[in-house]
Amino acid sequence: MELNNPKAKRITWWQKNQIKISPWIFLAPGLIFFSIYVIAPIFVSIGISFYQWDGLSPSIYVGLQNYIELLDDEYFYISLWNNLKWLIFFMLAVPIGLGLAIFLNQIVFGIRLIKSLFFFPFVISQVVIGLIFTWFYQPNYGVIAPFLNFIGLEGFSILANENTATYGIIFAGLYPQIAYCLILYLTGLNNINPEQIEAGRMDGAKGFHLFWNIVLPQLRHATFLAIVVTVIGALRSFDMVAIMTQGGPYGYSNVLAYYMFEQALSEYGYRMGYGSAIATVLFTIMMFYILFFIYRMYRNEREDNN
Amino acid sequence: MFPTPIHQRPIVNQYIYKIFLPISLIIWLIPIFGILITSIRGLGDITAGNMWGTPSEFLLFSNLYDVFTNTPMIKYTLNSFKVTIPTMLGAVALSCMTGFALANYKFKTNLIIFFIFIAGNFVPFQILMIPVRDLTFKIGLYNTITGLVLFHVAFQTGFCTLFMRNFIKALPQELIEAARMDGASEFRIFWKIILPLTRPAIAALCVLIFTFIWNDYFWATVLIQGDHAMPITAGLKSLNGQWITAYHLLSTGSIVAAIPPVIMFFLMQKHFIAGLTLGATKG
Repeated sequence: MELNNPKAKRITWWQKNQIKISPWIFLAPGLIFFSIYVIAPIFVSIGISFYQWDGLSPSIYVGLQNYIELLDDEYFYISLWNNLKWLIFFMLAVPIGLGLAIFLNQIVFGIRLIKSLFFFPFVISQVVIGLIFTWFYQPNYGVIAPFLNFIGLEGFSILANENTATYGIIFAGLYPQIAYCLILYLTGLNNINPEQIEAGRMDGAKGFHLFWNIVLPQLRHATFLAIVVTVIGALRSFDMVAIMTQGGPYGYSNVLAYYMFEQALSEYGYRMGYGSAIATVLFTIMMFYILFFIYRMYRNEREDNN
Repeated sequence: MFPTPIHQRPIVNQYIYKIFLPISLIIWLIPIFGILITSIRGLGDITAGNMWGTPSEFLLFSNLYDVFTNTPMIKYTLNSFKVTIPTMLGAVALSCMTGFALANYKFKTNLIIFFIFIAGNFVPFQILMIPVRDLTFKIGLYNTITGLVLFHVAFQTGFCTLFMRNFIKALPQELIEAARMDGASEFRIFWKIILPLTRPAIAALCVLIFTFIWNDYFWATVLIQGDHAMPITAGLKSLNGQWITAYHLLSTGSIVAAIPPVIMFFLMQKHFIAGLTLGATKG
C-alpha cells in the first residue's frame, strides 16, 4: 500500500497494474501453503540427512556418514532390490489393464455396471485390500489353502517366506492398479478416432496388426499416464507393505518407503538423519520420473502455443 | 470402434462373449465376495475353516453391532469425515485460485510455478515426513485432526492445481477478454465467469480428493497417534492387531471403511473418471 498517494491516483495505479498483480494474489494462498508443507520439507529432509538426530536432542553434523552407512547396510540393498521388483512386476498392470479394457469395450446389456464393478478395487483403501489378501494367503484357513494343498505345499505361508513375500504383496498391489489402468485405457479407447480405425480396416488391417499400428499409437496419452501412475505407485508402495508384512520376514519384503519409516519413526529407533538419507535416495530415483513427466508436459505446452 | 463390436461378429462369438463376461467379473471380484460372505459369518464358521461354503448363520447385523459397540469404529468413521471433507473443500478452493492464475495470466515464472506444483505432487511422502511431522509438532497440532487436514490441503493443492489449470486453460478465452473489455475487475471475472464454468472440474476434484484422503493411511500414522483423532484406515489397522483371527469382524470393519468412497464413486462415476484421466473424457 502506498499511503502517501492521493486516492484518485491509487485507483488508476491499481487499474494499470491489476493484470500484473492479480495472478500473485490468486496464487499466494495456495503457493504459500504448498511451499511450507511440500517444497520446503524436501530441502529440510535433504539437510537432515547430513545429521545424526533422534528428533529430540540437538542434532550432530556428520557429513556423509549416513550415506556411507547406507552403502554397507544389507537391509538397504534388500529394500532397493525389492523396489526394483516392484517397478518391474507392477508394470504388469499396464498391459493387463489394456487387455481388460479391450475385452470390456463393447456395447452389450449391463456393460456399464460391469465396467463400474471392474473399477471397484481402485476405490477401496489399500489397507482393506492388504487385509483381504493377507487373509487369503493364510496357510491354514486362507482362500488359497486348498490350492496349496493341491500342489503339495500344505501350510506354505507366502508372506512368511523370504523368497515369496514381496511377490505376494506386489500381486495384491496389482489388484487396484490394474483397475486404475483399466479406467485410463477405457477412456482412451473411447476417445479414439473411429475414422482412422475404419480407414485401417478398409486397407485390410486386422486383429493384432490393426491394434499395433493404428490403435496403440492413438492410446499414447493413456499409456503415458498409466506408466507414470504405475511407476509412482510402485515407488510409493507403503500401505501394502505396512499392512501385510511390515517388511518381514527379517526385512525381506521391505521397500525404501517402508524402511525409511521404520528407521525414523518406529520402535526400531528414531534415526531421523538415517531415515532422511534413505528418503533422499528414494526421492532421487523418483525425480527421474518426475522430470520425464514435466519434460513431456513442457513439450506439449510448447506445441500448444505454436 | 476398437475392437470390432461384438454384434458384428458371428453369433457363436457373441454367445461366448456373453458367457465369458459375467465369469470374468466373478473371478475379478472374488476378493470382494470373500469379505462380503465373511462379514455375515459367525466365529464358528471361521474356526471350522468354512470360508467359501454357505454360512451356517447369518450374523451380519450382530457383527456390525459388535464392530460398532466394542471398538471405536464410530469414532474412526467420524474422524475420517472430519479429515476428508475440510480437506476436499480447502484444496479445491485454493486450487481454483491457483489454477485460474496459472491458466489466465502470462508472466515469466508461470510455467515454473506450474511445474513446481506438478513435481511436488509426485514426490515420495517419505521425503516430507520428518519436517512435516516436526512442523506439526511445533505449531501444536500433532495428533489433531486440524494438523492432518492442513497437510492434506497443502499436498492435494498440487494435483488440484494441475487439473484446474488445464481445465480453465481449455475454456474459451473470448469470454474473459469480453468481460475485460466491459471493465470487469479480475476478481469479478474469476467469481462470475470462471467459477460457474469450472463446476464439472470442481465436482471431479471433490470425488477424487474424497477418495484419496479417505483412503490415506500413511499420514494418518505419521501425524496421529490416539484413537480420538485416528481415521478409519489407521483404526482398521490397529484393530487388525487385536482381532488376529476374528476375520468376520475384520471383514465387517473393512466393509464399513469401504462404503463411503464406494458410494461416492457410484454416484459420481463420470466425474471421478474425468478426474483420474486428467480430463481426457469427452462430454
